[in-house]
Amino acid sequence: MNREQSQILHALERDARTTPAQIAAMTGLAEVEIKDAIAAFEKEGLIRSYKTRIDWERAGEPRVFAFIDVDAQPERGTGYDRIAERIYRYPEVHSVYLLSGSADLRVVVEGPTMQSVANFVAEKLAPIEGVRGTATHFLLKKYKDDGVIFASEPEPDRRLAVTP
Amino acid sequence: MKSLSKTIESIPASGIRRFFDLVSEMEDVISLGVGEPDFVTPWRIREAAIYSLEQGRTTYTSNYGLMELRQEISRLHRDRAGVTYDPAREVLITVGVSEALDTAFRALLNPGDEVLVAEPTYVSYIPCIRFAGGCPITVPTSAENGFRLDPADLRARITPRTKAILLAYPNNPTGGVMDREGLQAIMDIAVERDLYVVSDEIYERLSYDAPPVCVASLDGARERTILLNGFSKAYAMTGWRIGYACAPANVVEMMMKIHQYTMLCAPITAQIGAIEALRNGEADATAMADDYNNRRRLFVKGLNDIGLDCPLPGGAFYAFPSIKRTGLSAEVFAERLLMEERVLVVPGDVFGPSGAGHVRCCYATATNQLTEALHRMERFLQKL
Repeated sequence: MNREQSQILHALERDARTTPAQIAAMTGLAEVEIKDAIAAFEKEGLIRSYKTRIDWERAGEPRVFAFIDVDAQPERGTGYDRIAERIYRYPEVHSVYLLSGSADLRVVVEGPTMQSVANFVAEKLAPIEGVRGTATHFLLKKYKDDGVIFASEPEPDRRLAVTP
Repeated sequence: MKSLSKTIESIPASGIRRFFDLVSEMEDVISLGVGEPDFVTPWRIREAAIYSLEQGRTTYTSNYGLMELRQEISRLHRDRAGVTYDPAREVLITVGVSEALDTAFRALLNPGDEVLVAEPTYVSYIPCIRFAGGCPITVPTSAENGFRLDPADLRARITPRTKAILLAYPNNPTGGVMDREGLQAIMDIAVERDLYVVSDEIYERLSYDAPPVCVASLDGARERTILLNGFSKAYAMTGWRIGYACAPANVVEMMMKIHQYTMLCAPITAQIGAIEALRNGEADATAMADDYNNRRRLFVKGLNDIGLDCPLPGGAFYAFPSIKRTGLSAEVFAERLLMEERVLVVPGDVFGPSGAGHVRCCYATATNQLTEALHRMERFLQKL
């Protein structure tokens, strides 16, 4: 990847709404080159999706998250990949990570209520072949998520309007 | 009552103040009139300072400043520019570059000594020289020349009273930078005429297209240069008021005498924050500089697109576009833009007559604000 391509990705990572015209101005490339590059990134899967970070708590529609540590039985040939796939295909599953340490997989499950998350674990996740055990930890408060601080008010601009 | 100081009375109030009064009664103003980063100081620096307070580090420090900080500064200049300063005798920690400037001129100047200053010039330089009893001699620069100081223009203003040259690159308000060759030509004159050089390098970390040149690293510079720098711009630490001077020991000794009796020492909390900045703040400083660079390109392209001629400035976080084609003076342009479209820019002649026909726009502001400011400016231009 060249420097300009990296600049494009960094600009979009910082703010997905940055327009091709703006990125063109930042990098000195033509707008059409930026559009082509972004299209190629999407096609090749370098860009996976565009999302907005919403504080649903503040919006009055709280969601329930649980971190589930999964003790899994690896398989000959595929290790943990096949079992991870059986888990991550569920839309309730927010993320799945393979970890070092005591648990093998960490699964983040999202649901409208604690009951719905508990039911998902009991009825879908735990019975999967190769899952030897689960430990469920409900999220109590989100302070910071994916680099974004949720716990405090957005920082106001405290600068004086004119300074030398 | 008897009259007050004639020296101070002779210095006009800053031209920026009037705009401050105007804007303080308005809402929804996008201010491009600031001279500081829009980032808050990186957390690691704030945390180091908070911890130091918890630990009760609330005393005076050595007049020179904390030895640890002077050592870090010495190391920084050795590693980055190959210039070595003895942390014990050649580094002085000051209350921002502002105090360092004042102290430097008071240490250098006898009444009537002349100091050559490129103009447009940062608003404090001329008053500081006058406060020290000196006589500022401005050397005009122009947009056509990238606001670089021309050696011939400088030489033409040297007299037997000339004592020093003040350099400030990357520059506030123009964003102009000078390359090594250009600066060496100035330094050669300083060597030939035995002049001191005061170099304000506060925007050094914000040099976008080429690595910055440390003036003290030029041939013949070390013995005659007072190098000034600080933490405000690189680490978003404006309110901490922390800077430093590096110079030959005899000069630092003179500056220290003034500093000792006027400031005693720079605030210890700010000094501790500065140590953390130099030890662990590199990634933060780089990330902020990269961000300014993006905004620089975006904003300057935007200015040109709406018809305000502005070459890409090489450093700092200011664009200094020409507004000559509007036929308005910079002052009227700025005042009308503020009243009619609520965008605040600073008229260029606040920085001296060669800033006339230009306005200073700080692009250290969120991208969406810059884009909105450009929309408003375009609407304003179309109405003219």
